[in-house]
Amino acid sequence: MAANQVPDTAAAAVPRIRVEDAHKRFGDVVALRGVSLEVQAGEVVLVIGPSGSGKSTMLRSVNRLETLTSGRIWVDRQEVTGRHTDIRLIREEVGMVFQAFNLFPHLTAAQNLVLAPSIVKHETKDRTQARAEQLLARVGLSDKADAYPEQLSGGQQQRVAIARALAMSPKVMLFDEPTSALDPEMIKEVLDVMLDLAKEGMTMMVVSHEMGFARAAADRVIFMDEGEIVETGPPSQIFESPTHERTKRFLEHIL
Amino acid sequence: MAAVDGRRGIEVSDGALIPARDDKAGFSAWRISFFGAIGLLIALPLISPKPFWDILRFIPDGVLRTFQVTVFSIVFALIIGLFTGLARISRIMVLNRIATVYVEVVRGIPLLVQLYYIYYALGNFVQVPRLTAAIIAMSICYGAYLGEIFRAGIQAIPKGQMEAALALGMSRTQALSRVILPQTFRIILPPVGNEFIALLKDSSLVSILAVADLLRRGREYAARTFEYFEAYTIVALVYLVLTLFFSKLVAIMEERLGSHHRSG
Repeated sequence: MAANQVPDTAAAAVPRIRVEDAHKRFGDVVALRGVSLEVQAGEVVLVIGPSGSGKSTMLRSVNRLETLTSGRIWVDRQEVTGRHTDIRLIREEVGMVFQAFNLFPHLTAAQNLVLAPSIVKHETKDRTQARAEQLLARVGLSDKADAYPEQLSGGQQQRVAIARALAMSPKVMLFDEPTSALDPEMIKEVLDVMLDLAKEGMTMMVVSHEMGFARAAADRVIFMDEGEIVETGPPSQIFESPTHERTKRFLEHIL
Repeated sequence: MAAVDGRRGIEVSDGALIPARDDKAGFSAWRISFFGAIGLLIALPLISPKPFWDILRFIPDGVLRTFQVTVFSIVFALIIGLFTGLARISRIMVLNRIATVYVEVVRGIPLLVQLYYIYYALGNFVQVPRLTAAIIAMSICYGAYLGEIFRAGIQAIPKGQMEAALALGMSRTQALSRVILPQTFRIILPPVGNEFIALLKDSSLVSILAVADLLRRGREYAARTFEYFEAYTIVALVYLVLTLFFSKLVAIMEERLGSHHRSG
């Protein structure tokens, strides 16, 4: 991994996530036009912006579900965009939660949690099993270990999906609109799990418009529009006194 | 929550061989044909044992041979089909092209022609038993059709499944074998079942290579006794009972596998 090291040598100064001048183009559509940002260890960052602003593309570039057209991204000292990087090693440390949950429907909740640690990290069955039980308890679903995803509500599925990501013991969690597909009454149970995670010091990057979560847990809010970061700051500042006209207009729409 | 549902039906073009659970008319048609055929197979020898009982005693070898051709062919065709389907969605261009050309070529040539061609083409280089040539030809032909079913089945799995697997650190191969294919097998069961039944019927073509299958045995009997009508009536009834039996079996299997929690 020596070739992909960040020039910065002081260990403490290396951010968990570092994005440098990220550009992404899908055919004629430009999704990202020069995004740079850093997320420090333990920081919770909320990314907001209108649809098509590039916020999901940016998030998905961090674990290389999207490949940048140009620009560089690091997770700790490993370069995601490195030509010779084994991306799987980075993905083991970067958990991801999707809008559509994407649980594996042919496996039970517990099996969903066990699969990746056992085949990717070759952990023993006892260990993965114990960890699955512990994580399901943590998201309040101990009694659903043997349930298949189709037997669970949306909120329950998303909680299992969070537990599944945590089963790999990641250093960073990415959330791509985790509550957008949920019925209103199920949003809270998912946000509560995310709040707990934030309190425990997990580094989190969350694409979401949940203002309540932002105020309670976010250290920073990033507003993106048309593939650029328009404004960034603490939640209170962004929500109460945004400096840019575009931010103001967007917030008027969603508040 | 449609986006979450991993199972999605895929279109099957050829015929409604397998009656759906809620298809009342289809179901009763199945019952009438199945029990009607069995009834005739029992009644005919009882009414006039002379030709019919003799024919029934003459053809079991052929039924066995038909089974042999069908089972071997479907097994090999499934293996060929799996790899063809994977190659068809592969990002390796060469593999993709080879598989696509194979599917196009095989689907464009009648099975009967393929049987002749493979038997005589192979015969030019090595002496292969007729039965082997027949099974090779059937496997290659049905491998192409099954390849398309595998491709459609894999592509019917929502993209998020692969993404979730990759995001957890799995390799593409792990994601395919542990996440995508287990889901694919469930949704392709009905079309694969249909192909199996089609193959069972098409296996009658191997009789032109003098493989002594059900049809061939019927013909041998008729050629000796000139009782063409009686012999072919029995042959047709046996085929009908077999295909209807297997279509029912596939329908039952489909129902068992249809729901994730009941199969676990």
